[in-house]
Amino acid sequence: MLLVLLLASALAIVRARNLFAVVVLSGIYSFIMATQLTVLDAVDVAMTEASVGAGISTVLLLGTLYLTGSEEAAPGHRPILPLLVALATAGILIYGTLGIPVFGDPSGAIHQHVAPRYLQEAVEATGIPNVVTAVLASYRGYDTLGETTVIFTAGIGVILLLGIGRRVRERAQGPGGGMQEYLVLRVIAKLLIPFALLFALYVQFHGDFGPGGGFQAGVILAAGVIFYAVIFGLTKAQKLVPPRLVEILVALGVAVFALVGALGLILGGNYLDYFVLDHDPVHGQHRGVFWVEVGVCITVAGVMLAIFYAFAGRRRRPDSRS
Amino acid sequence: MIAHHLPALQVVVPLLAAPLCVMLRGARAAWLIALGVSWAMFIVAGSLLARVLREGVISYALGSWEPPWGIEYRVDLLNAFVVVLVSLVGALVISYSRESVDHEVRREQHYLFYAAYLLCLAGLLGLAITGDAFNVFVFLEISSLSTYVLIALGRDRRALTASYQYLIMGTIGATFIVIGVGLLYLMTGTLNMHDLAQRLPAVEHTRPVLAALAFLTVGISLKLALFPLHLWLPNAYAFAPSVVTAFLAATATKVAVYLLLRFYFTVFGAPLVLGEMPLPEILLALSLAAMFAMSTVAIFQDDVKRMLAYSSVAQIGYITLGVSTGTAAGLTGTVVHLFNHGITKGSLFLLLGCMAMGMRRITLQHIRGIGRIMPLTTFGVVVGGLSLIGVPLTVGFVSKWYLVLGALERGWWWVAVLILASSLLAVVYVWRIVEAAYFKAPGEQVAKLREAPLSMLVPAWVLVVATLYFGVDTRFTAGVAARVAELLLGGFR
Amino acid sequence: MTFTAHFNSWVAMALLTVGLYIVIARGNLVKKLVGLSIFQTSVYLLYISAGKIIGGTAPIIAEGFRVYSNPLPHVLILTAIVVGVATLALGLALVVRIKEAYGTIEEDEIHSQDEEP
Repeated sequence: MLLVLLLASALAIVRARNLFAVVVLSGIYSFIMATQLTVLDAVDVAMTEASVGAGISTVLLLGTLYLTGSEEAAPGHRPILPLLVALATAGILIYGTLGIPVFGDPSGAIHQHVAPRYLQEAVEATGIPNVVTAVLASYRGYDTLGETTVIFTAGIGVILLLGIGRRVRERAQGPGGGMQEYLVLRVIAKLLIPFALLFALYVQFHGDFGPGGGFQAGVILAAGVIFYAVIFGLTKAQKLVPPRLVEILVALGVAVFALVGALGLILGGNYLDYFVLDHDPVHGQHRGVFWVEVGVCITVAGVMLAIFYAFAGRRRRPDSRS
Repeated sequence: MIAHHLPALQVVVPLLAAPLCVMLRGARAAWLIALGVSWAMFIVAGSLLARVLREGVISYALGSWEPPWGIEYRVDLLNAFVVVLVSLVGALVISYSRESVDHEVRREQHYLFYAAYLLCLAGLLGLAITGDAFNVFVFLEISSLSTYVLIALGRDRRALTASYQYLIMGTIGATFIVIGVGLLYLMTGTLNMHDLAQRLPAVEHTRPVLAALAFLTVGISLKLALFPLHLWLPNAYAFAPSVVTAFLAATATKVAVYLLLRFYFTVFGAPLVLGEMPLPEILLALSLAAMFAMSTVAIFQDDVKRMLAYSSVAQIGYITLGVSTGTAAGLTGTVVHLFNHGITKGSLFLLLGCMAMGMRRITLQHIRGIGRIMPLTTFGVVVGGLSLIGVPLTVGFVSKWYLVLGALERGWWWVAVLILASSLLAVVYVWRIVEAAYFKAPGEQVAKLREAPLSMLVPAWVLVVATLYFGVDTRFTAGVAARVAELLLGGFR
Repeated sequence: MTFTAHFNSWVAMALLTVGLYIVIARGNLVKKLVGLSIFQTSVYLLYISAGKIIGGTAPIIAEGFRVYSNPLPHVLILTAIVVGVATLALGLALVVRIKEAYGTIEEDEIHSQDEEP
């Protein structure tokens, strides 16, 4: 059932010409995807898809639409060729997966060899029950360093392209002023924001035992500050968390992660070896995972906030054709 | 002790230097950090190559988890060679870059520019060194995202659309690679490339593996700019800042070629790729199309950067032609042209960057008579052009020599003729540049120019000299390439 | 059982087609990026479906559970999602700049503006 809704929302996106509708639909799509992922036991992934796909992406798309206008022009070309290309691609993939277990069968090759050892060994070797966190932060920690670097790259890219938002002058409405004269919004914000920040910390540190971890926590943290900026005004938000600080945070997280790895190297192991971080290897794993997750959280929160500042600080130019 | 960790340091040092640049913020500090790191990485690359030549394959377990449960860095002769090329170009380009970046990028953005540059370098190096298929994707995206950013910094507004177009095509390509890797994982349960090589033969003829081969080929070809998936390249090279074009032209597509070689010969194995599927024929057809069509298009360009961009797509055709022959000589041609084209195009775009200091767009009209005003720069361009044609004494000739040999070994004498014929097309577009530069009277804008400063000329000329040196003394380049070709055809290490 | 089991994969393939179609066929730069997202998320669905084990549960080791779904695809897809949003952010930043430079975000109109000398 969920899958049908998923497909329906995707098809609706194809047809919709009003981009605002497209953005809302894509938010819906992401939420349904996240739910389906939960059904498929991928709880960490679902949490990330929900916060990133439904949360951050929607914010970014809306920010872009505010600056670029929201109607799509009528499609000019005949859609036959793109349709054929798309169908051919799916066709090859379908051909490729016919007859092999893509769903549910525990005897498939995908479940042998590498994966079982993670499930059997992770708790003993790293002390972390959430195997996804163990693999993400320790066994394949280097991939996660790369992933954090990717976020960092996007962050400095957006800063390079759009700037990180000059201090916007105080104004009654619009980016500078916020919406604080709406009483209901103000009250709810004051209730929700501290809760959101606290929840972010919970997600961060509980990620070893349940779904969560540095990435999701960083997003929620940034979301809290973004919410504050939307209600109380960009200017106040920028006084609270200045753009310069955000820039430093963007870089700091990656540096922390990379330095933890270097520490492992200095203490006698290979790069990103956590065993040597403490006299007890399991405790060393704990420390390593803790600090790299902190690094991830810092960079993610910084980049999300930097991107928000960049989009929000960009003044809307009048529609010009020259 | 440090020697043991070289593979990790090769990537981690630039990776750490980038956030450092961002935190320090000063333009000069950022440049110095980038400069120091790039040269240090060249030295690291050189020592890695030396070690591999002595000891054979080097394996390094990141996180001290044994592969395939952890991620492995695996250095053999092929990627050590590629890493040397990337780090050499990286170091020379950054040494050259001060004036050019000053001229083309706003000063308050410099620290971010150099951070992005370091990230691109780290991404490419990581891509080349890793032994884990999914790690390939992660570092591919690091290099790609930083590339999109760097291209978009060009002064012309078309740099923005070029970057966007590359972003779309590049992301589709990267997703195809993920699909391919996923299919391989589905059938073998592992992501480690060496492990995959050992487990694949058992499931070689199943549909998922063949589909994986297809997806990986298309995905990598998008990054490689193999005709007809090259559409992003001409605009990207033409409108990016000169330093960026030079760096990319010499490294990005070459690393993509490496990736193709690695997947084809190490993971899948020559027998499957060359024997069973019609891949060699398809590759041959596309390579020939690239060589002829793109060289022809290059002839009709006015913008010199664009002309050389199309020339690059044509030259990539030569590289993939070597793969399609499936012979040792052909593969030697591929690997050696990877290096040779890298240094040739690197030198050409650096020299064009010198010319760009004085003019907005480098067109054939604008460079009239520049041979007299900027003699060293222009002569360097001529040497590069000769190498593109494949004149003896330049590296271009060495590559074509092996490619022709490879074709003949396969009995494809008509392909050998075509290789020579396409070189004639290169003569035409190189001649157009030479004619404008030396045989036309200079316009008033050109007359006001001076020769480029030494800080820009020296790094560019190092590459020009290399173009000549390695064209004469081929022991190193061809020697390594031949050994690599043997290794690749012989199966996994 | 086979039909519902494979339904996941079929939907994923359909979504892949839809996403790829939007990217290639539509000229609006923002919509292309949304299509790219759909294309990428379809791949996530495919990977995660492959990792699911019937009767298993989320791979968090706890008392009373013996069968767990495969954690490795989760790790890979988590990374892929992050990379995807990073790409989206960069793409949107480019779109904003393109709008400022060209006054439009429709591919055809941008091309015709570039054609003029």
